[in-house]
Amino acid sequence: MAKVQLTIDGRTVEAEEGAMLLQVARDAGADIPTLCHNDEVKPYGACRMCMIEVEEHGRTRLVTSCTYPVKEGISVTTRSDRIFRNRKMIVELLLARCYKVPEIRAMAADYGIDVENSRFQVREDTCILCGLCVRVCDEVVGVHAIGFAGRGPDRVPTPPFKEPSQFCIACGACVYVCPVDAIKMVQTPESRTIKRWQRTLPMKVCKVCGEPFMPEYQIEYFTKRAKVPEDFFEVCPNCR
Amino acid sequence: MRRVNSQQELEALREEIRKARDPNQALVTICTGTGCHAYGCMNIVSAFKREIEKAGLSGKVGIRTTGCHGFCERGPLVVIYPKRIFYQRVQMDDVAEIVNETLKNDKIIDRLLYTHPMTEEVAIFEPDVPFYGLQKRIIFGNNGLIDPTSLEDYLSIGGYAAFAKALFSMKPEEVVEEVKKSGLRGRGGGGFPTGRKWESCRNAKGDKKYVICNADEGDPGAYMDRSLLEGNPHSVLEGMLIGAYAIGSDEGYIYVRNEYPLAVKHAEIAIAALKEAGLLGDNILGSGFSFDIHINRGGGAFVCGESTALVASIEGRVGEPRSKYIHLSESGLWGKPTNLNNVETWANVPVIIDKGADWYSQIGTEGSKGTKIFSLVGKVNNTGLVEVPMGITLREIIFDIGGGVPGGKKFKAVQTGGPSGGCIPESLIDMPVDFDKLKEVGSMMGSGGMIVMDETTCMVDVAKYFVDFLKGESCGKCTPCREGLLRMSQILADITEGRGREGDIELLEELGVVMKDASLCGLGQTAPNPVLSTIKYFRDEYEAHIKEKRCPAGVCKALITYEIDPDKCTGCGACKRNCPVDCISGEKKEPHTIDQSKCIKCGTCKDVCKFDAVTVK
Amino acid sequence: MSPDKIDAILDRYDRNPAQLIPILQDVQAAENYLPREALEAISEKLDIPLVRLYSVATFYKAFSLDPRGKHIIQVCMGTACHVRGAPRILDKMIRDLGVQPGKTTKDMAFTLETVNCLGACALGPIVVVDGEYHGQMTSPKWDKIYKTLKKAEG
Repeated sequence: MAKVQLTIDGRTVEAEEGAMLLQVARDAGADIPTLCHNDEVKPYGACRMCMIEVEEHGRTRLVTSCTYPVKEGISVTTRSDRIFRNRKMIVELLLARCYKVPEIRAMAADYGIDVENSRFQVREDTCILCGLCVRVCDEVVGVHAIGFAGRGPDRVPTPPFKEPSQFCIACGACVYVCPVDAIKMVQTPESRTIKRWQRTLPMKVCKVCGEPFMPEYQIEYFTKRAKVPEDFFEVCPNCR
Repeated sequence: MRRVNSQQELEALREEIRKARDPNQALVTICTGTGCHAYGCMNIVSAFKREIEKAGLSGKVGIRTTGCHGFCERGPLVVIYPKRIFYQRVQMDDVAEIVNETLKNDKIIDRLLYTHPMTEEVAIFEPDVPFYGLQKRIIFGNNGLIDPTSLEDYLSIGGYAAFAKALFSMKPEEVVEEVKKSGLRGRGGGGFPTGRKWESCRNAKGDKKYVICNADEGDPGAYMDRSLLEGNPHSVLEGMLIGAYAIGSDEGYIYVRNEYPLAVKHAEIAIAALKEAGLLGDNILGSGFSFDIHINRGGGAFVCGESTALVASIEGRVGEPRSKYIHLSESGLWGKPTNLNNVETWANVPVIIDKGADWYSQIGTEGSKGTKIFSLVGKVNNTGLVEVPMGITLREIIFDIGGGVPGGKKFKAVQTGGPSGGCIPESLIDMPVDFDKLKEVGSMMGSGGMIVMDETTCMVDVAKYFVDFLKGESCGKCTPCREGLLRMSQILADITEGRGREGDIELLEELGVVMKDASLCGLGQTAPNPVLSTIKYFRDEYEAHIKEKRCPAGVCKALITYEIDPDKCTGCGACKRNCPVDCISGEKKEPHTIDQSKCIKCGTCKDVCKFDAVTVK
Repeated sequence: MSPDKIDAILDRYDRNPAQLIPILQDVQAAENYLPREALEAISEKLDIPLVRLYSVATFYKAFSLDPRGKHIIQVCMGTACHVRGAPRILDKMIRDLGVQPGKTTKDMAFTLETVNCLGACALGPIVVVDGEYHGQMTSPKWDKIYKTLKKAEG
């Protein structure tokens, strides 16, 4: 791939042509916040926190750095009043939706927002609609157990028909990737529950060490997909 | 219709069709656009068929159903050729008289003629009707001449000659150059130079390219594209064929809004006719150029008028836009270079190729060439579709062509650009209408909706209307649009329901600035426009709602009271009988009163009062 | 909805998953709504994750996952109709029918819906009953229409 030269905050930087600006800027030392970004999935451009200024052919505009491919000769500014003003309002709006969520409250305080006195009617949602859970389930795990329903302010990630999920394999990827801990997982010796999708699956116990290590349904799923021998999952990865 | 396999055969067919038609034969054309359907035009069509037969005129008088003529306020419309006698507000009962008097005896029926409401001038022939005379109908005018389901009709007025000219006497690059030279800019709202868009698609890497017609006309109050697609689908198809040839595409899509079944039907008929005639498919007219078209219907989502959301919809996904740092012309439908244009944009192309870019660029202003079709609706006398040269003033459109505001009310504002546009007050109505000027005053051209408002329109209510509309249409992907519209909606509800507070206006402005800057697509980026423009020009109305809890226009239910004027009330009891909550009391022939504590402000009493005794405060 | 009916619709579109929206439109045209069983069948036959069908069905306003009434009553909410008083007509219809827009009366006779601009602005406010356009709507006019409808339903 060809290399290009660009300036970031006044310094000249070299990067691969077509690489996303977010990583290039971070590699150059810029501090860029994100909410809907994760390296394991395709960039989504939904939260708008990563927006920074790019000057190209004499025109300056704000772009989401996670979806912007770098080009030769662009001039990037990662800190400005305009950038901060937008981020602050975005966080203020998310706070008004997820008023009790600790991660958002902390972020809001960082931006100088008066957390105790919201300018908007507050709601106590737990989800910031970043889409990471859906995208991970689609792109990484490939189970497609959840998706977005509806549109606009009432959009919500959910299993089909907003009923307990019948496809979720309780792998926990969505739990891990959620930036605001909105998806809770509960593990007992017998079963694992992904609370938000109302999915409880009995756990398989290792023949050797006796510890529960994987939901049985998940084992069935992988056995079918990966075509491994039937007894492959009789023993947990540690004992294997 | 037989198949034509060369330019010569096409022209021979055209000659044949023309020779078989006698321009001096009497022809009754009846508008059957969707608006006139609602007026019952199909009954009039049947009546004409019956009466013409009864009068023994079958074979001597032709009947042709056409698409929308544009003068929707005065429908049903009947135009009689060859003289072009113009009859308006025709009822089924008038048809016998028209046949026996006008068709048989050449007598004009005065009561069916158009009379100017102010000058009282009467127009007998269509070109003399000021509504039409002041327009420049180079695109829309053909609607009145053809049956949209007839390829022969379109050929008889010169259709597909421009396509054949491009195909056989111009190189694809030359076609692109001609469109560039014409100065044509997108008519869907973006106003991007069409020739440049074609050029970047033509130059994009890859052999497979798509062209798309965006017929997802979602702006409420705008129906130009619908009337073009219903009334002259071939003009759009011809434009797409020329564009596909210029760009190097062999496959196209027309994406039509779900709510336009007649447009879909007429487009399907037109495509089938073209296939039969060999003007669509492989090796068209023996040129080596092949092209096929599909029609996709929308699912009821305004956001699918946005190009990347439209593409997602064709691909079978939800209409979520994506950032356009990589343009559609580079990577669009199925990842291939794609050229998307609006219906009206496509319809301009055959005219440009036929008459030339030099002719076309004489019309309009420096930055905005050609004409624009506007839907002139709302508080205006002559509701309908008007086509005018760019640069005409708003005053000329609203007052000269539109006939001004009905009921003697005062003009207040005109909203252009739909939910993405802004309100323009009286002080600015002498401004020329063009892409850049409209942007300068805080509005935009948009797709061409022009909503006229009078003193009884509350501008805060208008802002709330647009915000609520967009809130329901937002895809919900990006934070500023999804959350911003929700909060704007709540603040405007507070203001219109008497809970407005100091600082609300400033908060709306603050939200607006961030939404414009940080939203992912045009829906969110332009959503603040109606709010910001009404604050700019009608701030006093906002302040009255907030500080005085008063709605000056008398619209916002929570801030008005209905009262019965005892001097005018005759005690007829109509209001009392119709009140849904039984809150009106009074004896027969005695003045009645409304119990304010129970009144739900539904306005029924005012509707049913024949004595104008109910006032709104 | 019978599997044969579903297969016929899928075959019409060459069983191409990209044609999901036209497929669902045909199902809705046949059944007056999108039955859950139909979605589950399409998911299996075209190998599309069920949640994707659910996403599409809940994103586009043309689709209804709830059965709809015998008579579909639609009120245009376009700007021109709005300034000519459509909201007040809608309020009256909500009172008369006893349901909010998007819902169906208990006896499954009437579904009330709001629709985006129909493009017949000269006749605003417009109400469409079973596909028939009624222009220049007023409270008394609606009363007449409603009376006729109720009579037809007995």
